[in-house]
Amino acid sequence: MSVLDFLSQTLRIAVPFLLAAAGGVLSERAGLIALGLEGYMLGGAFCAAAVSFASGSPWLGVSAALVGGAVLALVYAVGTIRFRGDQVVIGIAINLLAVGLTRFFLRLFFGSSSNSPRVPGFGGTGTGFLALAYNPLVWIGVIVLPTLGWILYRTPFGLRVRAVGEHPAAAASVGVPVTRVRYIAVAFSGMLAALGGAYLALDQHQFTDGMTAGRGFIALAATIFGRWNPKGAGLACLLFAAAETLQIRLQGTHAIPSQFVEMIPYVLTIVALAGVVGRSVPPAALGKPSTE
Amino acid sequence: MSDAIRLAGIEKSFGAVRANRGADLQVARGEVHALVGENGAGKSTLMRILSGLYPADAGIIEVDGRDVTGWSTSDAIAAGVGMVHQHFMLVPTLTVAENVMLGSEITKGPVLDRAAAEQRVRDLGARTGLVVAPDRLVADLSVGEAQRVEILKTLYRGARILILDEPTAVLSPPEVQELWNVLRALRAEGGTVVLITHKLDEVIEVSDTITVMRQGATVARIPREGATPQSIARAMVGRDVVLARDFEFSGTSAGRGVASTPLLNVQNLLVSGARRTAVVDRVNFSVAPGEILGVAGVEGNGQTELIEAIAGLREAEGSISLGGLDLRPLDVRHRGDAGLSHIPEDRHERGLVLDYSIADNLILGQQHRFTSGVTIDVARVLAHAEERIRAYDIRPADPATPARSLSGGNQQKIVVAREMARDFKVLLASQPTRGVDVGAIELIHARLREARDQGKAILLVSADLAEVLALADRVAVMYGGRFVALLLRAEATPELLGQFMTGAEHAA
Repeated sequence: MSVLDFLSQTLRIAVPFLLAAAGGVLSERAGLIALGLEGYMLGGAFCAAAVSFASGSPWLGVSAALVGGAVLALVYAVGTIRFRGDQVVIGIAINLLAVGLTRFFLRLFFGSSSNSPRVPGFGGTGTGFLALAYNPLVWIGVIVLPTLGWILYRTPFGLRVRAVGEHPAAAASVGVPVTRVRYIAVAFSGMLAALGGAYLALDQHQFTDGMTAGRGFIALAATIFGRWNPKGAGLACLLFAAAETLQIRLQGTHAIPSQFVEMIPYVLTIVALAGVVGRSVPPAALGKPSTE
Repeated sequence: MSDAIRLAGIEKSFGAVRANRGADLQVARGEVHALVGENGAGKSTLMRILSGLYPADAGIIEVDGRDVTGWSTSDAIAAGVGMVHQHFMLVPTLTVAENVMLGSEITKGPVLDRAAAEQRVRDLGARTGLVVAPDRLVADLSVGEAQRVEILKTLYRGARILILDEPTAVLSPPEVQELWNVLRALRAEGGTVVLITHKLDEVIEVSDTITVMRQGATVARIPREGATPQSIARAMVGRDVVLARDFEFSGTSAGRGVASTPLLNVQNLLVSGARRTAVVDRVNFSVAPGEILGVAGVEGNGQTELIEAIAGLREAEGSISLGGLDLRPLDVRHRGDAGLSHIPEDRHERGLVLDYSIADNLILGQQHRFTSGVTIDVARVLAHAEERIRAYDIRPADPATPARSLSGGNQQKIVVAREMARDFKVLLASQPTRGVDVGAIELIHARLREARDQGKAILLVSADLAEVLALADRVAVMYGGRFVALLLRAEATPELLGQFMTGAEHAA
C-alpha cells in the first residue's frame, strides 16, 4: 500500500464529512444547532438512491437529495424559528424522523427492510484518485468549505449570517431580517448534508438502512472541533477521515482495537470543548430562539 | 423654520405602569438638547417612541415638521433619526467596519467592499472626531470606543438627529470630554442631538436647552443660560412631591447605636468589573444594631456590586464580617444562616421564580428549613405562606397562585415577607420599593422601621433619594464606586446629597 492509496481513501471517506460539516458550520453560525445533520444525510441518501434507481440518472438522484434535505431542514427551521421549540429536542426528532421515513419508504418502494437494489452512480470504479475524479460530488466536497468561507467572510449574506448567530438583536436593530437569514441558512445546511448522503448512496450504488452510521454526528463534531469556521472544520474532517482510514488499514492486525480509533472524532471534540487546545467559543446566540 | 422634533401629548403605558403621561418635547434644529429626570421618569420610553421602537398610545410625533406618528425603526433611520441605546447593539465578533455597514453593506459585485467601508469609517471619524481603527474587532474595544462605533453606525446611515441614552454612564471623564467634542462637531454641521442623562453637570456643560421630566410628564423647559444644577435638581425631584412623601426624618435621633459594636462591618471592599476596573473601590463602613445606613447615588455607581459582594453573589476583596464572624469564606446559603437577609434589587432576576406559587416563593433559599426527612413538608410550607400572606397583605391571598400573575407591588411584598421571616441580624435592602404602588411602599417602609427598632442592622440602597431620606439614620453617597460622603441624617439635605450624587463635589 502506498501513501497515495492512503490519501485517496482518506479523501473518499472525507467527502461526506466535508459536505455535512459545511452544512453544520452554516447552520450553527446562524445560531441554530446542527443536530439534524445525520437525519438530513440519511434522507438525502435515500432520495438519491430512489430517484437514481427510478430515473437511471444519478444527477436526478442528487437533485432529489437536495429537495429531501431542504424539506427536512425546513421542518427543523419551522419548529425552532417559527414555533421557538427547543433546538436539541427538535434536532433529535429530525434524526428519528429520517430513520423512520427512510425505513418506511425502503419497504414501500423496494419491498426490503435492509437495502435497495443496485442504483446507477457516477462511474469510476475501484479506489485511487482517478476513480474519484469521475465523481462530481467529490469535486463539490473539495470546494464546498472554501466556498462557504468565501460566502461567510466576503459577502453581505455571510456578514448577516455571522451577525445573526452572534447578536440577533443588534442585527435586527439595523434592519437585518433575522428570521429570513436563519431560514435560508438552515435550508442550505440541509441541502449540503443531503449531498453528503447522496454521495454515500451513489458511491455504494445502493441505499442500506441506517447507512449514514453516525457520519452526520462526526460532521457536527468536526464543526465544533474546527471552531465553527470553514477552514478548521475542513481540517477536522480530513483528520477524522484519516483516522478512519487508519482504522480500516489496521483491521486484521489487531494492533489497536478498532473501537478506539472510531472514538477519535468524539474524544477530540470533547478535548476541544474542554478548552485544551485554546478556547473554543461557539456563536453567542447558538441554541437560543430568535428574539425578533 | 420648523423644529427638528416636536412631540406633543405622548401617552404610553406598560400594563399598569404609565411611563409617559402627556409628555411634550420640542427640539430646535442644530441644538444639543438635554432630557433629564430621575430613574423611571419616562425619558427612555419617550425617546424609544421617537425612534420608532415603541408605538405611542396617544400623542403626535413630528420630525422636521412632518407628522410621523406611528412610524417604524426603519422609517426613523431612513428619515435620519438615529438612537444610541444604553446597552450597545454591536456584534462583538465582527470588526468595526463590519458592524458599521451591517444591514446597509457596501458591495463590489457580489462581494463586500471592505476597503470602501473602512474608508467611510475613517472619513466619518476625521470629520467628527470619532476615531476608531475600522479593522479592529469590536470585542477588543474599550467601552468608549464601542460607543463611538455606535454613533458612527447612525452617521453612516445618514442620521441628522442623534438620540443618546445615558451615553456617559459607562465612560471615564476624558472619554466624556471627547464625546462632548464630537457632539459639538455634529452641532456645528447642523446636526441635532438629544441627550438623555441625569448628571446635572453634564447638562450644564454641553446642552443648549434642557427639558425636565418627572413621573412621565414634561415639567420644565429651561434654556441653558440661567440654569444651575440646583434649579434643575429642584425641577427633577419636585419639592412638592418630595414633601408629600414624608421627607421628614421619622426615626430616632442620629447617633443612637453608635456606642454598640457594629453588626455589619465592611473594610476595604474591592470589586473588579470587566476590563479590570474597580466597580467598588475600597469602600469602608459599618452598620450598628438598630441603624439604617442609606446608600444614595445615581444607579450604576457600584451599588449593585456592593450589595452582591456582601450577599456572596460576587467575587470581592477586602473583609466583610457580621457580628465579628468573617463572611468571606461562606457561600450565599451559609451567609443567610449566619444572619444575613437580602432583598435583591431586581425581583424578577433574583428575587422570585415567577412560575412558582406564592407559597414556594416564600420559602425560596430557606427550603432546607422546611423539610421532613428528604422531602419538603408541604403542610408547614402552607402554614408559613398563610401567615406571611396575612402579615404582608399579599393579594390574592391564595398560596397556590403563581407569582407571575401578581402585581409588582405584591410580588415585592413576597420577597420582603420572605426575607423578613429569616432569623436575621443584618438586612441588605436593595431598591426595596422600586416600581411598586404607594400602598406597598408604605407597608414595606413600616416593616423596615420595625426591623430597625428591633435592633437589626439595615443597609439600604435606593436610587430614590426621598426613600433614603425617609428611612436612613446615616446617609452615604456612592459615586464612581466610592463612598464620596457619609453624613448623619440631620446633616443630609437633598441639595447637598444631589451635589455629591452628580459628582459635582468630592469629599469623603
